Amino acid sequence: MTRKLALLLPLAMMASGAFAQNVLINGAGATFPYPMYSKWFDEYHKKFPTLQFNYQSIGSGGGIQQVTQGTVDFGATDGPMNDKQLMDFQEKRGNGVLHFPTVMGAVVPVYNIAGVTAQLNFTGEALAGIFLGTITKWNDPMIAKANPGVNLPGNDIVVVHRSDGSGTSYIWVDYLSKVSKDWETKVGRGTSVNWPVGLGGKGNEGVSGQVKQTPNSIGYVELIFARQNKMPFGKVKNAAGVFVEASLASVTADAAGAVKEIPDDFRVSITNSPGKESYPISSFTWLLVPSKIQDATKKKAIADFVKWMLTDGQAMATALDYAPLPKPVVAKELKAIAKIQ
Amino acid sequence: MGITFLCAFSILAITAYLVWELWINSVLPRHQFGFNFLRTQTWDPVAGQFGALPFIYGTLVTSAVALVIAVPLGVGSAVFLAELAPPALSDALAFLIELLAAVPSVIYGLLGIFILVPGLRIIEPYLKAVLGWTPLFSGPFYGVSLFSAGVVLSVMIVPFIISISREVIRAVPNDQREAALALGATRWETVWDAVLPFASRGIAGSIFLALARSLGETMAVTMVVGNDPKIKASLLAPGYSIAAVIANEFTEATGELYTQSLIELGLVLFALTVIINGAARLMMAASERGKV
Repeated sequence: MTRKLALLLPLAMMASGAFAQNVLINGAGATFPYPMYSKWFDEYHKKFPTLQFNYQSIGSGGGIQQVTQGTVDFGATDGPMNDKQLMDFQEKRGNGVLHFPTVMGAVVPVYNIAGVTAQLNFTGEALAGIFLGTITKWNDPMIAKANPGVNLPGNDIVVVHRSDGSGTSYIWVDYLSKVSKDWETKVGRGTSVNWPVGLGGKGNEGVSGQVKQTPNSIGYVELIFARQNKMPFGKVKNAAGVFVEASLASVTADAAGAVKEIPDDFRVSITNSPGKESYPISSFTWLLVPSKIQDATKKKAIADFVKWMLTDGQAMATALDYAPLPKPVVAKELKAIAKIQ
Repeated sequence: MGITFLCAFSILAITAYLVWELWINSVLPRHQFGFNFLRTQTWDPVAGQFGALPFIYGTLVTSAVALVIAVPLGVGSAVFLAELAPPALSDALAFLIELLAAVPSVIYGLLGIFILVPGLRIIEPYLKAVLGWTPLFSGPFYGVSLFSAGVVLSVMIVPFIISISREVIRAVPNDQREAALALGATRWETVWDAVLPFASRGIAGSIFLALARSLGETMAVTMVVGNDPKIKASLLAPGYSIAAVIANEFTEATGELYTQSLIELGLVLFALTVIINGAARLMMAASERGKV
């Protein structure tokens, strides 16, 4: 009898919910996880028809801005908010904002060199040198050393980067900043930076198109994009000194390697983290949830969604070519949900 | 009358409001950089250094290249369509040209990437062999460049020039032509000396419209210009334009100074359009007076 009641209870709740006002939760932000989020929101809506999530992929910068101004219920970003942005948020809203990693992505080097079909190995120093403009030829010893047996031409390297502000660029330059002091001081980190050399392509497709068309060029695109378009890409040397090819497993391994250092607010860059299997140019993408939500139904809905996303939702990630979060991170986040007040 | 006045006034009000919004939303960079915003060449969002000169340069150069190609082509076509072609052919071609004007700019950008750029790669060695001695056509060529953007723009604006100029030339009274022919002028002389001067105002108007479009064109330019904010003498080098950088960076711009600098770029573009159009109009007025 009690079991029957227990079964009926959620049904009754759902039925009463159907008569109650439908809840619409608005979010905006990063474009990179958009396919994942729209899948999640869609599945979640099927599960709870009265709950509707509306997500606009306007870019990480826009997401941070809109959640700070309170025009949306939650934001999403590919790069964590910096201290100044957190202060702005606190000032405007009187409470904090929580970061919840959702899935992970990676950025891979793609290249087009006449006569070279082998998969190239890149060290961090070589990539930084190429993008700084200090390494200008393909047969530079810095590149050749990592690629014994490959006949590299002496042609000039054409660098291609993103022209639009993007989380992909952020991950790329964040990695370069970690492996190269020169990069950190001369260029630094940002969704758009002052590129020392190179051409700008709009979006992943702009960069990949440019690389395909320009002989002796190198660029970087999201792993998902490279996989879905069957583009070959190079291996990158990780902090443990191993050349690793980016894959969903090696990306998750990278986050697992960084787990010990993950702070309680989850604002952390996991590029170049330790671990033999780690692919070093990986990153989380985050949901931004205000720590205080006035509307009780919305608060519950968002908290429940985050919980579902971390458990059932993670299983959908690989099908869409996103790397799922490592278990310890999920466990840590599940505890953090209680911080939504 | 009241309604038409209201319509006309609303245009003025919208323009004024636009300038006002751009102005008040670009306070920070104006205070911080002043005129250096227009004079410096560093665009570094990380360090918070913003200089607009490479974008202004790129905007002007791509539009200039576009005009150099599109004006002779456009006016020539218009003369042919209005004066020489059989009416049936003229109407058919005019229809096609108006169709061209309606093609979305992103399509032109794609054509630029997939057809024009590979094409330019083929003719680039010849271009360099002939014009390589000038700094304008020196240096390495990557396919995307200020020149490529100019060529794409020229294709985009040529329909405006043709279709308006054709109408204007057709509107020239037949008396003009008959008088010239009666004086023994050849067909060419009739067109050159009697028809075109009469239509010059309208043709100039079509060129202004084309220029305005090319200054503000965003999508097609960003796809082929190379998006590199540096000033190089060579047209074959990559560059950047104001509209393109706004479209590229605005969505991910974080921080007040950065977004406001992009808004100030919008203001600069607006000012640039006003100045160029104003100057062109003054020049035309001066030449009109000179004639009389």
